[in-house]
Amino acid sequence: MGLLERESPKGKRASLFVTCIVDMVYPGTGMSVVDILEHVGVKVDFPMEQTCCGQPAFNSGYQGDSKTVAKHFLKAFKNAEVIVTPSGSCCAMVRHEYPTLFADDPEWAAEAQRVASITWEFTEFIVDGLGITDLGLELPARQEFAFHDACHGMRLLGLGDASRTLVGNVKNADVVDLKDSDVCCGFGGLFSVKMADVSNAMLTKKMACINDSEAKTIITGDVSCMTQMNGGLSRHESSKRVRHVADVLAEGLKLAKKEVGDS
Amino acid sequence: MKVDSNNFISLAEIAIDNPNLQEAITKGTNNAFDKRQLAMFADGRAHGEAMRQQAAEAKRRALRQLPELLEKAENMMTENGFIVKWAVDGNEANQMVLDIIREHGVQTVTKSKSMLTEEIGLNPVLEASDVRVVETDLGEYIIQLNNEPPSHIIAPVLHRTKAEIRDIFVRELNMTPTDDAGEMVAFARDKLRSDFVNSDMGISGGNFIIAETGSLALVMNEGNGRMCMSLPKVHVALVGIEKVIESLDDYATLTQVLPRSGTGQNMTVYTNIINGPSRPDEDGGPEIVYIILVDNGRSDIYATDYAEALACIRCGACQNACPVYRSTGGHAYGWVYGGPIGAVITPLLVGLDEASPLPYASSLCGSCKQVCPVDIDLPRMLLDLRHDLVEKGNGGRVWQLGMNAWAFGNVSPMRFELGGRVARLGQKVVGNNLPGVLGKWTKYRDFPDFAPKSFRQMWREREKGSDHNG
Repeated sequence: MGLLERESPKGKRASLFVTCIVDMVYPGTGMSVVDILEHVGVKVDFPMEQTCCGQPAFNSGYQGDSKTVAKHFLKAFKNAEVIVTPSGSCCAMVRHEYPTLFADDPEWAAEAQRVASITWEFTEFIVDGLGITDLGLELPARQEFAFHDACHGMRLLGLGDASRTLVGNVKNADVVDLKDSDVCCGFGGLFSVKMADVSNAMLTKKMACINDSEAKTIITGDVSCMTQMNGGLSRHESSKRVRHVADVLAEGLKLAKKEVGDS
Repeated sequence: MKVDSNNFISLAEIAIDNPNLQEAITKGTNNAFDKRQLAMFADGRAHGEAMRQQAAEAKRRALRQLPELLEKAENMMTENGFIVKWAVDGNEANQMVLDIIREHGVQTVTKSKSMLTEEIGLNPVLEASDVRVVETDLGEYIIQLNNEPPSHIIAPVLHRTKAEIRDIFVRELNMTPTDDAGEMVAFARDKLRSDFVNSDMGISGGNFIIAETGSLALVMNEGNGRMCMSLPKVHVALVGIEKVIESLDDYATLTQVLPRSGTGQNMTVYTNIINGPSRPDEDGGPEIVYIILVDNGRSDIYATDYAEALACIRCGACQNACPVYRSTGGHAYGWVYGGPIGAVITPLLVGLDEASPLPYASSLCGSCKQVCPVDIDLPRMLLDLRHDLVEKGNGGRVWQLGMNAWAFGNVSPMRFELGGRVARLGQKVVGNNLPGVLGKWTKYRDFPDFAPKSFRQMWREREKGSDHNG
């Protein structure tokens, strides 16, 4: 979506926007992203000023608070050539919402546009940005995976194919179906608190699909949806778990081929 | 109809705990959703998407020139022999219908399905004046017998199982019990026949008004509508002012996406383009046809950033696609329109204060926009309505303070990091049940442990390590 007009990120330094949840709760996922990016020869930096993209407030109607935080994001990434993030949802916030959020702000409008144009979700960065479809990875043992398409990444950024491609090309990884893989897990940020019962009804349906899937591991591109689904699976003592795509890929690094060429 | 939308959360809870309702909604919405996919994309995804964009443009173009098109439509329809009336709100529209009823000495009215008449509460007004009103759409007929409102824009009784419908027929009409749907339909059909014959006036809604030709267009799947509009001497159509479109060509575009999106049909069983009352040389048909163009808050919406909501062609696809609607059904929304379109237009029509939970009744997953045949950006409008609520101070003090504190913490990496440490420590002290309003989250799910080290700590250590090594 709009990728044609985007400048190629090849050869550029990638500034990791790790996202607030990954930073505090799933730092290992952040490291997986770094490991994979370095595996394909990308130079990664981590602007220490970064915090959150502002989405929690934005989605709740607090656009003033959201803008305050978004402005901080723009400052934190002012020197970035390319921004890579392991979240379709946060990526959509920056790419989809920042330009409108700052449209009437002459001081920040141009920078919001610039930052939006250089921000990539992790898997699309590798596949669509760098043109790499096979990371040369191998898992120690055969595993079956299914995908849950996180809503914002799928509907606002058109994501989905890239992560399937990357995992599909990992040796010993089998990709199987997940029924209703494109139906929301019920997270929705504040929605899961404000409308906890409805959110849980949606989660319950999602868990039924997960439990029916042949895959033991469900892959998704957003740790927030992952938290919702794993929170339910854990509560209901299911043996299934959801993992972030970067963590699954990083697991294949040990047996990986050294050279990864363009494809 | 009384607005009960502020009780969305508790109504949703009741709906979720109702197994019959869950069974009926799941079956109904899944069926419609799957059929829509097949019909819209029968000639490929690109073709289906192109149809949507063409339809979206037809409605946008109509909205851009709404005042002019309405005037043109009025002139053309008057020329065609319709009697055109304008009602500023529901009360005026209802009074107009009552006046027509008195003028023609009407005793029995047969009605074809109309969401607008639900919106303005026409039936109770007529019944209070001792007019017999018979809903003749099968779904509407059932819910009228059961004295409840519709729960879906095009499938009013979507929330009831077949067994429940059987029980309603047995209880209200002494039907000999049967589980055969065909027999139930035949039973209702038989009951309705005499009403059609004895009806003095038919009432319908309208899917489109075609300005170019001065026509009223209605699409339907049951023969009832045509009976309502052709057997009685008088036909009254109540139509929202947003239903006017420019041309027959646009009608051809829109009538392709409406049934495909709603029921997964390429075309409805009945398509009616009505160009006025019966002509002197024609046999049958109504002698007089009134068109009541109803505003009821629509021109107010037209003047706002929410005007796009008026493009809705009432197909119900967003309801079938919405995981919230699929969990709660339509009644939980507390008024006539449920689902994503209801969550947007209910606050706009009845006031935000009367429907403040509805903009939050969405995970913003975007499936509504994805299936909307006229590409209404419903998630965007839900976000804007949330913003309006916050601006009005309707968001609640706790949330406001929380958001301000959150923003304060997030404009400084030091405070951000400190916040993470406090959260980690807090989790060690109080365990994994989230505190305060957030506690609802852990009612249903386990919250993971905060990591012993944050990513930025790990990164700092890594950088230090590489400095030493290098």
